Amino acid sequence: MRRIAALLLLIILMQGASVCRAEGIDDAYEALAASAGSISAASFNSVRLGIEQLAVSGDPRAAAVIGALQDGLLYANDDHALFIQQPDGSYADARTGNPAPDVTDDDVKAVRINNAVRSAIEAALGSLQLFAPDVPTRLAAASAVFTSHNPAALPALTRALAKEADPAVKQRMEQAKAAAIVYDPDASQRDRLAAVATLRARGDQDARSLLSTLAGQTGPVADAAASAVTAIDRVLQIWSVAQSVYYGVSLGSVLLLAAAGLAITFGVMGVINMAHGEMVMIGAYVTFVVQQTMHAYVPSLYQISLLIAVPMAFLVSGAVGVAVERSLIRWLYGRPLETLLATWGLSLVLQQVVRSLFGANNRDVDTPAWMSGATQLGGLTLTWNRMYIILFAFLVVAALMAALRYTSLGLRMRAVTQNRRMAAAMGIKTPWIDALTFGLGSGVAGIAGVALSQIDNVSPNLGQGYIIDSFMVVVFGGVGNLWGTTLGALTLGIVNKFLEPVAGAVLGKIVVLILLILFVQRNPRGMFPLKGRAVES
Amino acid sequence: MKLDRISYLTLGFVLGVALVLALLNQMTALGSALHVPTYVLALAGKYLCFAMLALAVDLVWGFAGILSLGHAAFFALGGYAMGMYLMRQIGTRGVYGNPNLPDFMVFLGWKELPWYWYGFDWFGFAMLMAVVVPGLLAAVFGWLAFRSRVTGVYLSIITQALTYALLLAFFRNDMGFGGNNGMTDFKDILGFNVQADSTRSALLVISALLLCGQFLLARFVVASRFGKMLIAVRDTESRTRFLGYRPESYKLVVWVLSAVMAGIGGALYVPQVGIINPSEFAPGNSIEAVIWVAVGGRGTLVGAILGAILVNFGKTWFTGALPEVWLYALGAMFIFVTLFLPRGVMGLFRARTSKEPEPEAPEVAAAHEVTG
Amino acid sequence: MIERDTLLYLDGVTVSFDGFRALNALSLRLNEGEMRAVIGPNGAGKTTMMDVITGKTRPDSGQVVFGKDTDLTKLDEPKIASLGIGRKFQKPTVFEPHTVWDNLLLALAGDRSPRFSLFARETAAEKRQIESILETTRLTDQRYRRSADLSHGQKQWLEIGMLLAQEPQLLLVDEPVAGMTDAETEQTAVLLREINQTRSVVVVEHDMAFVRALGVKVTVLHEGSVLSEGSIDFVSDDPKVIEVYLGR
Repeated sequence: MRRIAALLLLIILMQGASVCRAEGIDDAYEALAASAGSISAASFNSVRLGIEQLAVSGDPRAAAVIGALQDGLLYANDDHALFIQQPDGSYADARTGNPAPDVTDDDVKAVRINNAVRSAIEAALGSLQLFAPDVPTRLAAASAVFTSHNPAALPALTRALAKEADPAVKQRMEQAKAAAIVYDPDASQRDRLAAVATLRARGDQDARSLLSTLAGQTGPVADAAASAVTAIDRVLQIWSVAQSVYYGVSLGSVLLLAAAGLAITFGVMGVINMAHGEMVMIGAYVTFVVQQTMHAYVPSLYQISLLIAVPMAFLVSGAVGVAVERSLIRWLYGRPLETLLATWGLSLVLQQVVRSLFGANNRDVDTPAWMSGATQLGGLTLTWNRMYIILFAFLVVAALMAALRYTSLGLRMRAVTQNRRMAAAMGIKTPWIDALTFGLGSGVAGIAGVALSQIDNVSPNLGQGYIIDSFMVVVFGGVGNLWGTTLGALTLGIVNKFLEPVAGAVLGKIVVLILLILFVQRNPRGMFPLKGRAVES
Repeated sequence: MKLDRISYLTLGFVLGVALVLALLNQMTALGSALHVPTYVLALAGKYLCFAMLALAVDLVWGFAGILSLGHAAFFALGGYAMGMYLMRQIGTRGVYGNPNLPDFMVFLGWKELPWYWYGFDWFGFAMLMAVVVPGLLAAVFGWLAFRSRVTGVYLSIITQALTYALLLAFFRNDMGFGGNNGMTDFKDILGFNVQADSTRSALLVISALLLCGQFLLARFVVASRFGKMLIAVRDTESRTRFLGYRPESYKLVVWVLSAVMAGIGGALYVPQVGIINPSEFAPGNSIEAVIWVAVGGRGTLVGAILGAILVNFGKTWFTGALPEVWLYALGAMFIFVTLFLPRGVMGLFRARTSKEPEPEAPEVAAAHEVTG
Repeated sequence: MIERDTLLYLDGVTVSFDGFRALNALSLRLNEGEMRAVIGPNGAGKTTMMDVITGKTRPDSGQVVFGKDTDLTKLDEPKIASLGIGRKFQKPTVFEPHTVWDNLLLALAGDRSPRFSLFARETAAEKRQIESILETTRLTDQRYRRSADLSHGQKQWLEIGMLLAQEPQLLLVDEPVAGMTDAETEQTAVLLREINQTRSVVVVEHDMAFVRALGVKVTVLHEGSVLSEGSIDFVSDDPKVIEVYLGR
C-alpha cells in the first residue's frame, strides 16, 4: 500500500508540468481510478467525487468516460491511468480517446462501482446531457437533475442555463436549479426562498415531495415550503378531480359504445337481446381479421386497418343482426321474457362458434402508432387511445341520432315504433324495417367492438362483460332515449371512477350496481321517463 | 290436497332412484356389477339439489310471472352457509392446523375470526342461516322491487345485476369467504366423514326427501287460494288491485319462500360436490336454471324437477363425451324450447289429456284499458 | 224521489298528460243509490275519470270525495277497492286460467292478506254467495268452465259478477255492452237495473239505445268537463251536445 502511494507521488511529481494545465480534471481522473483493485468505502467515495468533479468540469471527454464507467468498460492500470475498453477488446486512453495499443488485459483492472457511485453516474450523465444538441435530451436531462436535486450539478446547470435558448427547457432547468438550491445548505436564504417560489409555481407531485421534506424543518425557508405545499396540494386536488372526471368520461364512453346499439334494439324496438354483447365481440374479431389481412397482404394499410375495420364490423355484425331478427326475434315479438331466454341461448351459440373458429385464447389486436402514447395537459395525463375512443363514441352516437332523424330509413323506423299498424297502412314494409332496425343496433354494437379491441382482451367472452352494464345504462338513461343513454353512460362512468379510489375497484362496482338497482326500483322508467298515457299500456 | 298421477310418478321416481342408488352403493361389494360408485351418488345428489333450485324458479316464474335471473344467488348463499359450517368442522386438520381460523384466513394473515363467522360451528345455526340469509336478502330486494312495481324484463335485469354484484363481492378476499377459491377440503358433517360412501348415500336420500317435501309445499301453495291469486297476479296484475288485493305482498311472500327453497338446495349441494366458490353466483347459472324449468314446462312444478334432472343429465353426458358440443346444445335448447316448446316436456304430456290453449304471455295479456 | 246523501263528489278535477288536458276542472255529483250514464265522444275523458276515482291516476288538482269525507286522491287502488268501489274494464279482464267459480271466489269480499289466503277454505257461506251471483249473472251452467273459454258476453257478465262479489257501494262500469249481441245487451240492461236496487252505478257507454233503455240521468262529457246533464231526451235535444256530436 505504502509503495503504491509513494509511486503515485512520484508519478505526479514527474508529470508536474502537464498536470498544472488542468489540475482539477487530473485529480478527477486520478480519483476515478481509486476503486480499481480496491473496494473500500473510501475508494468508492473517491470515485464518486471524481465523477462529480468531472461532470461539472466541462471536459469534452467527460461523457464518454462516465458512460464507460457506467457500462463497466473503464479500466485503470497500476499507475492509475484510465483506459476505455473498445468494442473489439482493445483499449483507448480515457483522457484523449487515442488508441493505446500497448495496453493488454493483464495490465489493467476494472474500475468498480457500487450503488452510491451508480446514482452519482446517473446524475452526472444527466447534467452532462444538459448540453446535448437536441431539445428532448436536454429536457430529459433537466428533469433528471430535478429528480436528483444534487447541488453538485449547480455549476453545470448555471452554465447550461446561460446557453439555453428553448423556453421550455429553460424553465425546466430553472426548476432543476431551484430543486438543487433548496437542498443546498450553503446557498443564501434569499436564493433558497426564490427556489421555493419556483417550485411552488411548478406545482406538481414532484415539487410537492421536494418541498414537504423541507416543510418539517424550522426557519423562514421551511415556512415558505410549508405554505407552498398547501398551495400545491390545492392545485393537485383540482387536477386529481379533473383526472377522475377524465377517467370517468373514458369509462363512460366505453359504456356508451356498448350501450348505443342496445338503445336501438332494446330502447326503440323493445327487444331484449342478451346476445348484444356477442355482436360487440364479433366486431372485435372482425377488427382482428382485418388487421391480420392487412398485415399479410397490404402492409401499407396496416396502420389504418382500424379505420377499415369500422365499416366492416358494422356490416358483419349488422348482417348477423338481420339474420337473427329474421330467423329468431320476429317469432317472439311481444314476449320479452321468451326473447330474453332465446337470445341468451343464441349468445352461447355465437360464443362457441367464435371459440371453434379462433380458439378460446385472447387474440392480439395491435394499437396503431398514431393511437399510442399520451399527452400531458397541465396535471392531466391523457392517453391517445382513450382520447380517440371518447371522440369515437360521441361520433357514433351523433351519427346514430342523425341517421334516426334525417334518413328515410330513420323516419320509417320511428314511424313503425310509434304506430306499427298505421305505418303498415301507409305502405311501410314493417317486417323489413324491424330487420333493418335490429341490424342497425347490432351493427353499432359491432363498431363498439372495434373500439373495445383496443382496450380489452379480444376473446369469445368479451361481450359477456358488457351486457349487464349496457342494460343498466339503457334502463338508467330512460328507454328509447339516446340522450338519456349518453348521459346515463357518462354518469355511470364518472360515478364509478370517483368511487374507485374511495372503495376500491371491485367494491366500487358493487356499490354502483346496488345504487343502480335502487335507482331502477325507484324510477323504473329511467332518468328521463317518457310521460303520457302511452306508457301505461 | 289432491295430487295427479304425474306428481305421484315423479315423487316415486325421485325417492325410488335415490333409495336404490344408496342401497346398491351400501349393500353390494366394490367389484360387483351392481355396485354404484361414489361419483354416481354425488351426481344424483347434485341433480336433486338443482331440482330444488328449479322448483324455486318455477314457483316464482311459473306462478307469479317473476322471471328471476338471479336465483342461483340464493342457492349459493345457502351453500355458503353450509360451507362455513363444514369449514369450522375441519378444526385443526387444515394445512395450517389452526384451531381457531380456517386455512384461507391464516393464509391471509388474519388474527381472529370475523364476527359473522360466529355460531357457524353449530350445525343448527348454520342451517338456520342457510334459509334466513337468502330469505332476508329476497325480502329486502323484493320489498323494494315489488313495492315500486318493477316488473317484467326490468325486474329480470336487476335480479341479474344482483347476482352479478354478489359474484364480484364474493370474489374479494377481504369479504372473509375464501375469495375466488371459495371453501373446500371439507372433512366432517355432524361427525360423519363427508367423503364416506355411507354419508354420501345418506345425503342423497335426504336430498330426495327434502325435494319431495319442497314439491309438496309448493303444490300446497299453488293449490291454495293464495296460489290462485298468484296466477291472477301473473296474468293481470293491475286488475287484482281493483279487486282490493295488494299483488306486491303476494309476490313478496312467494319470492321469499322461493329464495328459502333455493337456499336449502344450495346447503345440500355443498357437502355432495365438496366445494363452494363464487362462480356459483355467475349470472349464467341462474339463467341455466331458468332453462331447466322451460324445458320441463313452466308453471307445472313437476316439469321443473324433470327438466332439471334431464338437462343436467344431458350436460354430464355431453361434457364427458362431446365437450365442444355442450354449449351449442345448451344454446340450441334455449332457442328451441322458447320457439317450439313453450310448455316444455310437460306440455307434450298434457296436450294429449286436455285441450288447454297455449298460455298467453303475461305482458300481452296485461290489461290494456287505455282509451278516451 | 226522496233526497239522498251524496256518495261520490268530484270537484274541479284536472289531469293532464304532457300538456294534453284529459280532465279539465271536472265536477260531478252522484247520489247514493243512483245510476248514472256517462257518455261523450272519444277523448272526452270518460276512462280517465274512472282512473282518477279508482286511484290509478292521480289528479293534478281537484278533489274526489267518497261517502262522507274520504278523499280518494290520497289512496291507492287496493285501498279504494276495499272501501267499496268496484270497477269493470272496457276490455273484459277476468282471470283467464281460472274457472268461473274461482274468479268469483277470488273476488268475494273478505280478507285480502296473503296469510289468510294461504290457509283459506271455502265456507258454506261463500258457496251460497257464489251460487247466488252465478244465478244473477246467468252463469250457473258455466261455473266449472275456464273463463278463457267463455264467450265475450259471458266474460262481461262474469266481470260484473266479480264486481258484485266485492259487494261494493259503487260500481263503475266501462262500456258493458261493447261487442254484445242485441239480446245480450237487453239482458245486461236488466242486470244493471237489478244491481242498482242495492248499489250505486256509473255506466260509461257509447251505445245510445242501451243508455235509453237504462232510463237514468245522463252526463255528457266533452274535452274533460261536463257539457250537459239531464235525462236522455234533455241532453239529446241540447244544442251544445248536438254540435259536439254532429259538428256544424
